[in-house]
Amino acid sequence: MITIENISKNFGKLKALNDLNLQLNKGECIALIGPNGCGKTTLIKSILGMVLPSSGTILFNGKNIKNDNEYRRHIGYMPQIGRYPENMTIGQVLNMIKGIRNSNEKLDTDLYNQFEIEKMLDKKMRTLSGGTTQKVSATLAFLYEPKVLILDEPTAGLDPIASEILKAKIIEAKNRGCLILITSHLLNELEDVVSQVIFMQEGKLIMHKNVDELKAATQQKTIARSIIHLLKAEQI
Amino acid sequence: MIRILKYVALDILKNKIVIFYTIMLALFSWSAFSLEDSTSKGVLTILNIVLLTVPLMSILFATIYVYNSNEFIELLVSHPVKRGMIWKALFTGLSMSLVIAYLIGVGLPLLIFVDIELALTMILTGSFLSVIFVAVAFLSSIMARDKAKGIGVSIMLWLYFALLFDAIVLFLFFQFADYPIEKAVVMLSALSPIDLSRILILLKLDVSAMLGYTGAIFKDFFGSSWGFILSVILLGIWVAVPFLLSLRKFKRKDL
Repeated sequence: MITIENISKNFGKLKALNDLNLQLNKGECIALIGPNGCGKTTLIKSILGMVLPSSGTILFNGKNIKNDNEYRRHIGYMPQIGRYPENMTIGQVLNMIKGIRNSNEKLDTDLYNQFEIEKMLDKKMRTLSGGTTQKVSATLAFLYEPKVLILDEPTAGLDPIASEILKAKIIEAKNRGCLILITSHLLNELEDVVSQVIFMQEGKLIMHKNVDELKAATQQKTIARSIIHLLKAEQI
Repeated sequence: MIRILKYVALDILKNKIVIFYTIMLALFSWSAFSLEDSTSKGVLTILNIVLLTVPLMSILFATIYVYNSNEFIELLVSHPVKRGMIWKALFTGLSMSLVIAYLIGVGLPLLIFVDIELALTMILTGSFLSVIFVAVAFLSSIMARDKAKGIGVSIMLWLYFALLFDAIVLFLFFQFADYPIEKAVVMLSALSPIDLSRILILLKLDVSAMLGYTGAIFKDFFGSSWGFILSVILLGIWVAVPFLLSLRKFKRKDL
């Protein structure tokens, strides 16, 4: 569904992405992991067209995303730190997105209802706590039943109940055949959701494997342990 | 673009600064005409407002507004919206609101007190100056990622166009007073939109006689309808070039 070919991105001297190749397929739930500053968010932002790669191409359903914006109709994006116009209320933000997308697609209001956004519609974005902002981001990401979900640290800052709601929603999307890309440091939380693991370091792809393969190769029972095993092996 | 523009316009209206600006302009203009005994004195007072305050207000408000719209831009780019559209909508929204503020604040009293030709010239140049400095603000805010730096650059640019440029021209004028440089001065004035506007208005004001020989050259050049059309084209270029440069940069910016 998404093909990434030889993309590199330099921020000045820093190589955020270094000749990366990836093939992401429909129905997979992929965990994107790696140490801080390894280029995860840059990769995600490149797929979304927010960051323009220095070289290489990204194909969405076989079409180059450069100079295209319609493909974003199929992507639901939940940023790591959602930044919203400060003096708008939650209701205004939701209405604005609906107004700008201007489509008759059926809206998925599960998260809207479960997070009880309706009670907070008049709250200004600047007064929201980190967790509530994440709830708004999640609601927006799932609102249009996207074919691709890109979730950057989705459960960070959410309380356990909200976190469970979101996880259930992610699993539901996966069963629907959605391609899901998640970055997270909290590997335990993702254990029962993830089907593939991508491991990045210093902008390079170190590994892209199925969870079962990974566990078998490292002879560990959980993803978290396998990764730690790998990291330690690398240091030696 | 209309859909994005709607939200930009609503946000600017909610901001209240533009409303305050409109009221200030109106207060200045009405008092200038009612306090001065002759309208031409009133016009000169307003001329200074048009040439100094309007550019300053436009460039500062637009720069700060663009920086504050960062979140808005980030929110929209992850949706199926053309990047260029967001930038154009912001530009149109800001230009429109500042031009409308100018039309209500200064344009209306001008039309009431001053003869129509002069009033229309001042309305035209003032509106152009508003849009030109919004465009310059867009350029300086896309050049600098840091807000304080961007605002600093904007203020420096305003200082340059409003004060320094005149000083430089005057300096050159005195240095080369012995040479026939009048034509060169005409060319030079095209390099600053504020000077261009000033000349256009002064010529309509019939005080160009006071400007001596240079004034005569100006009158010869800018007084003709060709000169006028050329000046308007130049002012148009002053809008287009900074804005298009900023648009190009914006399309390639990493958010």
